[in-house]
Amino acid sequence: MLVAGVDVGSTQTKAVILNENFEIVSRAILNTGANVVKAAEKAFQAARSAAKLEEWEITSIAGTGYGRYKVHFGNIQITEISCHARGANFIFPGTRTILDIGGQDTKGIRINDKGEVADFCMNDKCAAGTGRFLAAAADVMSIQLDDLGDVALRSTNPLRITNVCTVFVETEIMNHLSRGKKGEDILAGVHQSIAGRSVSLLRRVGVTPEITFTGGVSRNIGMVKALEEKLGAPINVCADSQYIGAIGAALFALDRARAHHDGQSAETHDVKEVKR
Amino acid sequence: MKPGNAGVIAGVDLGTRMTKCVLYDPDTDRILSRSTDYSGHDLAGAAEKGIEAVCRKAGISRDRVFYVVSTGYGRYQAPMRQTQITDISCHGMGARYLFPGTTCVLDVGAQNAKAIRIDECGRVVKFRMNDKCASGAGRFLERISKSLELELEEIGELSLRSKDPQPISSICAVLAESEVINLVTAGYPVEDIVMGAHLSISDRIVAMLRQIGVDGEVSLTGGITRNAGMVKALEQKVGKKMNVCDDSEYAGAIGACLLARRRLKKLEQQKEMAARV
Repeated sequence: MLVAGVDVGSTQTKAVILNENFEIVSRAILNTGANVVKAAEKAFQAARSAAKLEEWEITSIAGTGYGRYKVHFGNIQITEISCHARGANFIFPGTRTILDIGGQDTKGIRINDKGEVADFCMNDKCAAGTGRFLAAAADVMSIQLDDLGDVALRSTNPLRITNVCTVFVETEIMNHLSRGKKGEDILAGVHQSIAGRSVSLLRRVGVTPEITFTGGVSRNIGMVKALEEKLGAPINVCADSQYIGAIGAALFALDRARAHHDGQSAETHDVKEVKR
Repeated sequence: MKPGNAGVIAGVDLGTRMTKCVLYDPDTDRILSRSTDYSGHDLAGAAEKGIEAVCRKAGISRDRVFYVVSTGYGRYQAPMRQTQITDISCHGMGARYLFPGTTCVLDVGAQNAKAIRIDECGRVVKFRMNDKCASGAGRFLERISKSLELELEEIGELSLRSKDPQPISSICAVLAESEVINLVTAGYPVEDIVMGAHLSISDRIVAMLRQIGVDGEVSLTGGITRNAGMVKALEQKVGKKMNVCDDSEYAGAIGACLLARRRLKKLEQQKEMAARV
C-alpha cells in the first residue's frame, strides 16, 4: 500500500510518498510559482516518477499547506499545523515544541506525546521573521538563498538590524553596504533578528524540549545556530525537516487508506475504484 | 544677507528613493528651477548632482548658490549644506507656499507617510507618521508594480481605467505580492488589481490623516502626487478634493528654502541689533 502527502506552501511545494511500513519511498520539491494547481500536480508527478510509480498505485493522497484545497487529486485536506505536528512526532518522537518557518509565515506549535496539537500561534500578517525576510536580504546582497546561512556563520561582529519591516530592511542593508560593512556581519544580524522574533513567538506557546525546526528555513544552518543561541537549547533538524508537513500529510493519508482497507477487507476491493 | 544681490538658495530634499532639488530666489520669492533624480547609494553625490542640475536648468553658475539647505531622510549626508531642517517642517511650509489655504498636509513618500497639521504661518501644530512598516507608503506600490512587471510610473494611469477594484487584504507589502499574483492567476484585470492596491494604501494613509483631524484644505505632497490613481483613491476615501500641482513633489525642497530664508533674515536682524548695541 502506498500513500502520498502533498504540502503546497507559498514558496515551495513538497510531495512525499510513503509505504505501509512507514518508509519514505520518494520525495519531490519544486517552486510553487503562480499556478498553485499545477505546482501540486507537478510535485506529485515528480515524486511518483522518482519511484517509478503510476498514479493508480497510490491508494490515498492528502493535501496540506496554504494551497491544500488546490490539490484537486487529493482525497483529504488537512491543515499544515496538524501535519507538522504529526510529521515532527514521527521523525523526532520526543518533540514537544515545533517551530515552522516557511516562505510566508512562521508558526509555533506545542504538541503532546502522540503528536497532537496542544496549542499554536502564528505570524501571518507581516513578512517579518519569515523566509521572505531572508529572501529579501539574499536578493539585495545578490547571494543565493541556500548560501545565506554559511555566509552568516563567518561573521565575527554581527550588526544589529533595527527595522522590522522586510521592505525597510532592504534599505537598511543597502545603507550598511554603502558604508562598507561586511556582508557576513549584515547577514548575521538578519539571522539574529529573525531568530529573536521566532523565539518570542515560541514563548507564546511555551518552549518545552525537544524543539523541532521544520519548514524551508530549517535548511539554513545559520538560522539553526542563531535559534539555538537565543533558546540556549539544541534543536532537532534533519535532511527531511523541510518535508515534515508532507510526511505528516502522508501519515494521515495512510490512516485513511488503512481504515478504508479494513472496511472493505471482506470484499475484493479495487483501490483505484474506491478512490474514484 | 548674501554677497551681491544675485545669490540664490538651493533646497535639497534627500528622500529614500528620489532626491528633489529646487533653486529659489529669496529676493523675488520665486522658484527658478527644479530637478528630480534617484537617490541611490551615494547621497552626497545625489545632492551635488541635484544642485548642479538646477543651476544648469536656471542658467545660473554654481557659485551663485550661496546657501544650501538639506532636508529629508538623508539630510545629514549632504556635506555641502549650510544647514539641515526636518522634512516635517519643510513640507508644512512648502505646502502653504503652493496652496496658501492649506491646513492639513499629507506627505506620502517611498518609505513613509506623514499627516501634518499646520497653522496659518505654515508651522507644524501636530503630526503623525508611519515609518515602521511599508504598508502605507509608496514602496507598497513599488512592490506591486514590480510583481505585475509594470513601471511604477504607469500604474497610476492604469488604475484610473478600473471599473471593479479588487481589494488587497494583506497589509504587508511583501505578502501583498503573493496576493496580487493570485489575483492575476484568477484572471482579474490588471487595472482592477492595481486600483485595489491604491485603495488599500489609501485606507491606511487616511486613518493617519483622521488622527490629526481633517478639516479645511488638504494638500498632498511627496512622490505619490505624481500618481493620478493614488490621488483619486485618497480623495475617494476622504470624501473631498485635495490640492495637487506639478510642484507638489517639490514641497519639501521648497519649504526648506523658505525656512532657510527666514533663518537668514533672523540672523541678519540679530547682527544689526548687535551692531546697534
